[in-house]
Amino acid sequence: MQGILSAAGYVPYRRLDRGTITETFAAGGGRGTRAVAGYDEDTTSMGVEAARLALRAAPSGAHPRTLAFSTTTPAYLDKTNATAIHAALRLDTDVLAADFGGAIRSGLAALTAALHGPDPTLLVTADVRDGLPTSADEAAGGDGAAAILVGSDTDGPALATLAGEGHTTEEFIDRWRTPGDNRSKVWEERFGETKYVPLGEQAWNAALKSAELSADQVDQVIVTGAHARAIRSLTARLGVDKSKLADDLSGSVGFTGAAHPALLLAAALEQASPGQTIALVALADGADVLVFRTTDAVGTWKPARAVADQIAAGAPLSYGKFLTWRGVVTVEPPRRPEPDRISAAVTGRTEHFKYGFVGSKDRTSDALHLPPARVSRVGDAVDDMEPAPMADVPGTIAAFTIDRIAYSPSPPIVFAIVDFDGGGRLPIELTDVNADALQVGDRVEMTFRRLFTADGIHNYFWKARPFPAGAQGKEGSSA
Amino acid sequence: MSSHGIKDQVAIVGMGCTKFGEHWSKNADDLLIESTTQALNSAGVTKQDIDAYWVGTAMSGMSGMTVSRPLQLHNKPVTRVENFCATGSEALRNAAYAVASGAYDSALAVGVEKVKDSGYQGLVGAGKTPTDGTNRTLTAAAMFAMCAPAYGNRYGVGDDQMREVLARISWKNHYNGARNERAQFRKEVSMDTICGAPLMAGGLRVFDCSGVADGSAAAVLVRAEDAHQYTDRPLYVKALAFVAGNASGNADPDYDYTYFPEIEAAGRDAYAQAGVTDPRSQIAMAEVHDCFTPAELLIYEDLGFAERGSAWKEVLAGTFDLAGDLPVNPDGGLKSFGHPVGASGLRMFFETWLQLRGDAPEERRIAHADRGLALTHNLGGYPGEMVSFVGIVGNELG
Repeated sequence: MQGILSAAGYVPYRRLDRGTITETFAAGGGRGTRAVAGYDEDTTSMGVEAARLALRAAPSGAHPRTLAFSTTTPAYLDKTNATAIHAALRLDTDVLAADFGGAIRSGLAALTAALHGPDPTLLVTADVRDGLPTSADEAAGGDGAAAILVGSDTDGPALATLAGEGHTTEEFIDRWRTPGDNRSKVWEERFGETKYVPLGEQAWNAALKSAELSADQVDQVIVTGAHARAIRSLTARLGVDKSKLADDLSGSVGFTGAAHPALLLAAALEQASPGQTIALVALADGADVLVFRTTDAVGTWKPARAVADQIAAGAPLSYGKFLTWRGVVTVEPPRRPEPDRISAAVTGRTEHFKYGFVGSKDRTSDALHLPPARVSRVGDAVDDMEPAPMADVPGTIAAFTIDRIAYSPSPPIVFAIVDFDGGGRLPIELTDVNADALQVGDRVEMTFRRLFTADGIHNYFWKARPFPAGAQGKEGSSA
Repeated sequence: MSSHGIKDQVAIVGMGCTKFGEHWSKNADDLLIESTTQALNSAGVTKQDIDAYWVGTAMSGMSGMTVSRPLQLHNKPVTRVENFCATGSEALRNAAYAVASGAYDSALAVGVEKVKDSGYQGLVGAGKTPTDGTNRTLTAAAMFAMCAPAYGNRYGVGDDQMREVLARISWKNHYNGARNERAQFRKEVSMDTICGAPLMAGGLRVFDCSGVADGSAAAVLVRAEDAHQYTDRPLYVKALAFVAGNASGNADPDYDYTYFPEIEAAGRDAYAQAGVTDPRSQIAMAEVHDCFTPAELLIYEDLGFAERGSAWKEVLAGTFDLAGDLPVNPDGGLKSFGHPVGASGLRMFFETWLQLRGDAPEERRIAHADRGLALTHNLGGYPGEMVSFVGIVGNELG
């Protein structure tokens, strides 16, 4: 039987205080914060970060045979986005990687398909939620990602297994976005409510029946979707006590679109005890209800970085920066040339370094080379290197600088000489950093980012970032 | 394998140098016509008398036709060279070797750059080599900015003290440049202005960074034994050293950004070629690559002008001032001239040409020209990965 072997959420570092929207426009906004993807992040790069955390916390014998990536805001069309995630995770060539994109519903649908098996599958979902300034989507939306590794008991112990499910589908116009638009439009909300509530009830009842449970036997219920009013109405009709309702993270992260059901499920599993029943209810062009039962394994499972910890580690972002990062406002750039598009041919030769951050290590001298080299800088051995995967190796800042004149999508650039634990050095850009507090000797970890886009080609590579509070990256360990 | 050098085999018998600055009305052709004409006139020869030409330019032209077309050279060999910011020195180095080899009796080395046409702040790399996008896009200012706190940490120099040391270097070069009609910036700048200027990168402020400029400089070289046919005061090439680094500083965790091994090695080679054993007492003046003030500070130690960890004290003591024990950048340096990449190395030789021959104007004439030796230095690239040139010329044989 298929079950969940590992799970992780990824909440980007920056938070927009919704009150700053209200202050700026005397409209929109609201209470709480929403998570904001860095200027150097997109759904693909955030998907990589979530997937890295999920695989880090997975049973050692679990290897996905399929990578499914779901988003409503893909970095590319036509071209598959899951392949960049596949490359960053250094999965084998014979692993299928494909996109399940376009609609909010595709995230949970891909998870459902994976649970129907039989292959071990890594579901990765991510979204960047946009809306016009002062819109409900701008304030209520959030950016984030989640990854769930599904497999059978031959792949490793499941944290939770699928106990039942229910699905309903109906065609109606509640929310829509035509390709090329950067915002969604919505119909008058009472109409959607009248559609969603009965669809939700039908799926809920079907799921309980297939799980052979009554509503009061469910230990935790997660209800999510883009239609806030319909969710409130449906939740009141489910027949579960309020104390069993999970925090939907709307006050801290916001609604992360296709990623949100998986993000909430990951957060629930991180806090779950053995033998619990968790129901996940999602409204999107119908309703999907998945009922899970946790196993003993969840009691000893160690998440790589809990969603709650990531939420706590966030740092504020001004509304002005938010608007520039989203492309709503264009500010004066440094008078320096913008980068050229990257070469497909060169990238084709350097995939392991560029996407996988794999250097080389001289077998004789142990000298580490980033990027990989053929001739060793110590001892001059030629072609006697082995691959050195460095993405999960922590480092220490040996020197750093702030470049106020170089081109960047969000100047200034903060840049550091990073010495990796166990050897190796690379001068590399920092991100998610408060430059004023930075010190030589600070500990950093690698993170997959989109450096810039030129001629429509996204330039993905790695940056270093300070370890979030609570994850100190002790020397010699990978936190 | 050893570096034998060509001490006293080749002489510089004529030089020219344009004013450096924003030459909006002149192109690279105009600038190199001006510098080569000055050089040819100064040697008393015509363009057809020169057997071979070398041109250094990083981004203002490709191939030898950069020179042969504007000068209308007829059937002459012209070689274009590029070696980062040492490009101008590289033109002279190769021209000198050609003469020393016996292949030619005379050669002309010219460097030229039109930097101001780019429309950007600072230098812009000419390279359009396709990449995978993993290469660094940092400015040189940011990379050199890392050297100041590294040096301060290693030698116990506090931030405020370092600020004063760096400002003192900038102050000195602007003081000298104010006395040079060819310099772009000809004003003295107060320590307060330097320390209060806008931040550019790290702790570096505007006056810690060299400017950009257009310019050109040229030298006529002949066999040493022929030198007196052209001038009674030739300069003899004593040493030409070059090191292209292996970029290990940015891969080796042991490198601490407080010195430049490529410069140390090039200096060692140059001193061996020239027979210099105590640069501090034997060198009359030096022109070094003051692209950023921390670079000049570290160069003093790399070239043996000061003991390791002591250069900052020597700066404050005025050792490298115009009237100091070892004047460095008496012409005002990159700080006052700006940095037309292909021209800068030859501009430095031009200052040795003036100073060792006693032609420098009195207001910036060095005191120790009688030592007879002058040094020029370029670096190109960044801390951790650079090329370095060191040249030594003298006004007497032997």
